[in-house]
Amino acid sequence: MVENNDLEKNNDNCQRVWRDISNYIDGDIDPGLRSTMHEHFRTCKRCASVLAGARNVVQLYGDERMLDVPAGFSRRLEKRLEKGLAKDEPSGARRWSSWSAWLVPVAALVLIAGTVFLTNSLPFRNYVQSRHAQPGNHVPPDLVVVVSAGSKLFHAPGCPFIHDKNSERTMTAKEAMQDGYVPCTRCLRQYLNTSLTRHTGQQVVEADSVDRGEEQEELLGVAGH
Amino acid sequence: MSEPHAALNNPAAAGGSREQDLISSVQRGQHELFYELVRPYERRVYAAALAILRNEHDAEDAAQEAMLKAFANIRQFRAEARFSTWLIQITVNEALMRRRRERTVVMEGIDDRRDGEEGGYAPRDFADWREIPSEALERKEVRQRLAEALARLDQKYRQVFVLRDMEHLNIQETAEALGITVASVKTRLLRARLMLRDLLAAGWEQGWFSRLPFEKGTKPW
Repeated sequence: MVENNDLEKNNDNCQRVWRDISNYIDGDIDPGLRSTMHEHFRTCKRCASVLAGARNVVQLYGDERMLDVPAGFSRRLEKRLEKGLAKDEPSGARRWSSWSAWLVPVAALVLIAGTVFLTNSLPFRNYVQSRHAQPGNHVPPDLVVVVSAGSKLFHAPGCPFIHDKNSERTMTAKEAMQDGYVPCTRCLRQYLNTSLTRHTGQQVVEADSVDRGEEQEELLGVAGH
Repeated sequence: MSEPHAALNNPAAAGGSREQDLISSVQRGQHELFYELVRPYERRVYAAALAILRNEHDAEDAAQEAMLKAFANIRQFRAEARFSTWLIQITVNEALMRRRRERTVVMEGIDDRRDGEEGGYAPRDFADWREIPSEALERKEVRQRLAEALARLDQKYRQVFVLRDMEHLNIQETAEALGITVASVKTRLLRARLMLRDLLAAGWEQGWFSRLPFEKGTKPW
């Protein structure tokens, strides 16, 4: 009975020792417990075996040689870093990136403003835009046309709707359009874009009525002469 | 190989100042020095990734990615931390993130599903122990056997063991890298060490180390 009690007590001690054996190996244990465990290892072969085995595990696996890498690992890593480093910038360098994050839109705005400014400065700006003005894209650019003072239209020579015939000037259709003139819808009808008629009836009516208004205006001008 | 390179193959010997110089240079924009800075740790980075991912290809990819992330964040590194620890932590994060993403089903090896983590682990083998000389590690076969035993550990034990006993992070650093408590690190480390001990003892009986110069009939432990 006494022997059984001793064995049981010894088993309890062993289990306590096993619980702290890892801390014992690491030296992460208070001196009192360390000393008690040290004594136990001297007398208990089982625990001495456990301690020795665990220490061996720590020693073997802690060896640098256990950190093996696959063949060619270094070369592949170096290559990937070369590639990645060329592409990525450290986050500090992202200061530049975040800086550029607002720099780019600002530059874009400046560019747009500059373009608008230039466009407005160039001579081909459409100074005169009739509401019903039709693009003269189909008018042959070399066609000789007539413009006159007080009118925003250019005409085919001899058109009866030319304003102030005393101020007539001839030029090419291209020059006229660059100067902001638009083709007369009567004499140059054949060259005009027929998109209006392709659109809704309302647009056609509106265009026709404006045409008529302009016609009257031109006729009044002619009559005035 | 130039002398600084040779010194850097052994980070401990290289000394902090050379490493600190390299870090400062990279932080200032000498990006070409980054590989020189991390090369001494490439094996440790790979081992940390492998401990979590258990697949060589994935581990290599994660290790490379971790290095790139370290580079991307190099300016955030502060000298009060160890560079190696910082690098390993980035690697662990990268590997854990990949594992979560891929939802890998981890095969259970020798684990504690029978006994909860809080319960003690009872060693199974009490044979007389004899120290395995470190020269044994020169043999690829021995390293392979040790790696196989490690691979049989349950993930949570293997991670802690690799970071603590192979990467040599301290308990606190291991806990931080894995996002677990210090107490959990200690418990898992104890169990990992004892389980490995049992696994290797069984391996000895099967003749793993039979060509080692041990006395006939004597187990290494």
